[in-house]
Amino acid sequence: MTDTTILDRPKKARLTWIARVPGVAVMLVVLLALFGVMSPGFGTSANLSNVLVQSAILLIIALAMTLIIMTEGIDLSMGALLTLATIIYAATLLASGSFVMALAAALALGIAFGFLNGWLIAVADIPPFVTTLGTLGVAQGLSLIVTDGQSIVGLPRSVQFAYAGTVLGIPFPVIVAVVCYFLCYWLLYQTRFGIGISALGGNREALRQAGVNDKLMLIAVYVLGGVAAAIAAPLLCARMNSAHPTAAIGMEFDAIAAVALGGTQFERGNGWLFGTVLGVITIGVLRNGLNLLAVPSSVQVACVGFLVIVALFLDGLRSKGT
Amino acid sequence: MPMARRLVISHDVLQVVYRLIAVGILCAGLALLSDSFLTINNIVNVLRQASLVFFMASGLTLVILTANLDLSVGANVALSACIAASVIKATGSPWLGFLVGIGTGSLVGLVNGLMVTGMRIPSFIATYGMLWVAQGITYWYMAGETIHGFPPEFRAIGSGYFLGIPIPVYLMAVFLALGSFFAKRTTYGQQIYAIGGNPVAARLSGIPGNRRLVLVFVVSGAMAGLASLIFLARLNSAEGDIGDALTLPAIAAVLIGGTSLFGGIGTMFGTFVGALLLTLILNGMNLLAVSASWQPLVTGVILIAAVWLDMKTRGESAARV
Repeated sequence: MTDTTILDRPKKARLTWIARVPGVAVMLVVLLALFGVMSPGFGTSANLSNVLVQSAILLIIALAMTLIIMTEGIDLSMGALLTLATIIYAATLLASGSFVMALAAALALGIAFGFLNGWLIAVADIPPFVTTLGTLGVAQGLSLIVTDGQSIVGLPRSVQFAYAGTVLGIPFPVIVAVVCYFLCYWLLYQTRFGIGISALGGNREALRQAGVNDKLMLIAVYVLGGVAAAIAAPLLCARMNSAHPTAAIGMEFDAIAAVALGGTQFERGNGWLFGTVLGVITIGVLRNGLNLLAVPSSVQVACVGFLVIVALFLDGLRSKGT
Repeated sequence: MPMARRLVISHDVLQVVYRLIAVGILCAGLALLSDSFLTINNIVNVLRQASLVFFMASGLTLVILTANLDLSVGANVALSACIAASVIKATGSPWLGFLVGIGTGSLVGLVNGLMVTGMRIPSFIATYGMLWVAQGITYWYMAGETIHGFPPEFRAIGSGYFLGIPIPVYLMAVFLALGSFFAKRTTYGQQIYAIGGNPVAARLSGIPGNRRLVLVFVVSGAMAGLASLIFLARLNSAEGDIGDALTLPAIAAVLIGGTSLFGGIGTMFGTFVGALLLTLILNGMNLLAVSASWQPLVTGVILIAAVWLDMKTRGESAARV
């Protein structure tokens, strides 16, 4: 009986995805058409591929955020953690000269922070938004302390490959993001772990009754968030050719916005991974288009927020309808 | 029923006593470590800083009592301050500035409340979105400019003194009394406790939950507006980024003060003690020449530790629905 309760979740969720596909896709098409008309430089293939490259870092973060939000959680510390991971990556690279060491250091940091978040949420039972608000402060503080508020510069030129390089003509960040997508897809839809993620948000009690170690599973989900930040760190570092203590502050907002746009709900464990991809591209298009129209970045943030509120409003209308 | 009520109050009093002891120990420690701690100047300074945290935290306390959260207070302070500043600059009238500042804050709170009740968006998501929207509007409105130089009669509310004590400290005392009275002695206040403590019972007993929720978000916004005016009067200048570092301390003050994140438990006086405790720690770090880079880290750790300790001392029954 309990098993069917768990297995019921994805089926029910699939119905909501179909109802939602148009929402974010329509927004994307409208934005593409709007910017295509308003700004002559927008529709060029160079610019559109630029949008994809720029969206890659956000997608890596947003995929992990999707899984976290599906457990009825949230990770407000992700932007600050990405910033700290970038700093550790750059500092280790400068000190050791080895990319492997640098990536390992960033990964170790990401896993440690993810574990800390997960432990506080799953074992100490502190609500996710407070836990990650606290660890946001910790990560931000550590970034400032390690760098003393300065940028880390003077990195070797080869660091830029992670952002500007191509493999078989495809930009390297896009490859990393696509690999991350398929890994998350496999985890979420092909493994018991994925079913467990839905159940963590949908029916945690049933999961417990079925003999699954729900605490360990929840910790693993937050560790995935830390790993995502560590994977994104070299890309961000390469993009800026430096590491700065406020580099990715606020990126968690774009990630949460992308997840919400993509139709993942903040309650009941209903999520849609490809919706997050569409959400990330929608935000990428919005920001790129506004950039071309010379709209300042702070106003872009307000536009993203507005877009999400519209999406959530439509979401509310739809759930009232059913 | 009267029996249960007395128990709750005595528990609350005990929680506050624990925190006052912590304040005492902290003061003693700081007095030992730093010669400049026990000077009149420094104590006045601590109280004035605590008052700024308290204004934001008092409105937030009501929100958290209903088991909701308002992450937009810091951004709201910045937005209200900047709009009030430009109004004062343009008209020269502090009173109009006051109205506009508190009005802007309340409006942001109203939108928060409507998103939470009308659109059923979880409050931490709705107000988190509002944080960025308000910040975006502020940056756009200010366009990197700074507004400074306000009339002296306006500046008095932030930097003036009466009998050697800063005006904001008097204001803090007034709002502490008003807030405590509102929360504990009025029907509205009791309904707010009820909504957080037992939402089902509150609904069944006919409390208009949505209207009270909108009310607490508007009050939280209005208090952010008030805080913005006192900030403005004290700094004598307004910039787009003044709210960036304010939300975390405000939330931390409420939670250190013993208000439960799960709603229904907490007092205004506790929040006052929480604001004092947090300010003392940050002031102590300052006196001991610890770099300001450590402040977000320490505040974050305190935030988590406060919630964790609170849950441990109350036991799991109060923590989980």
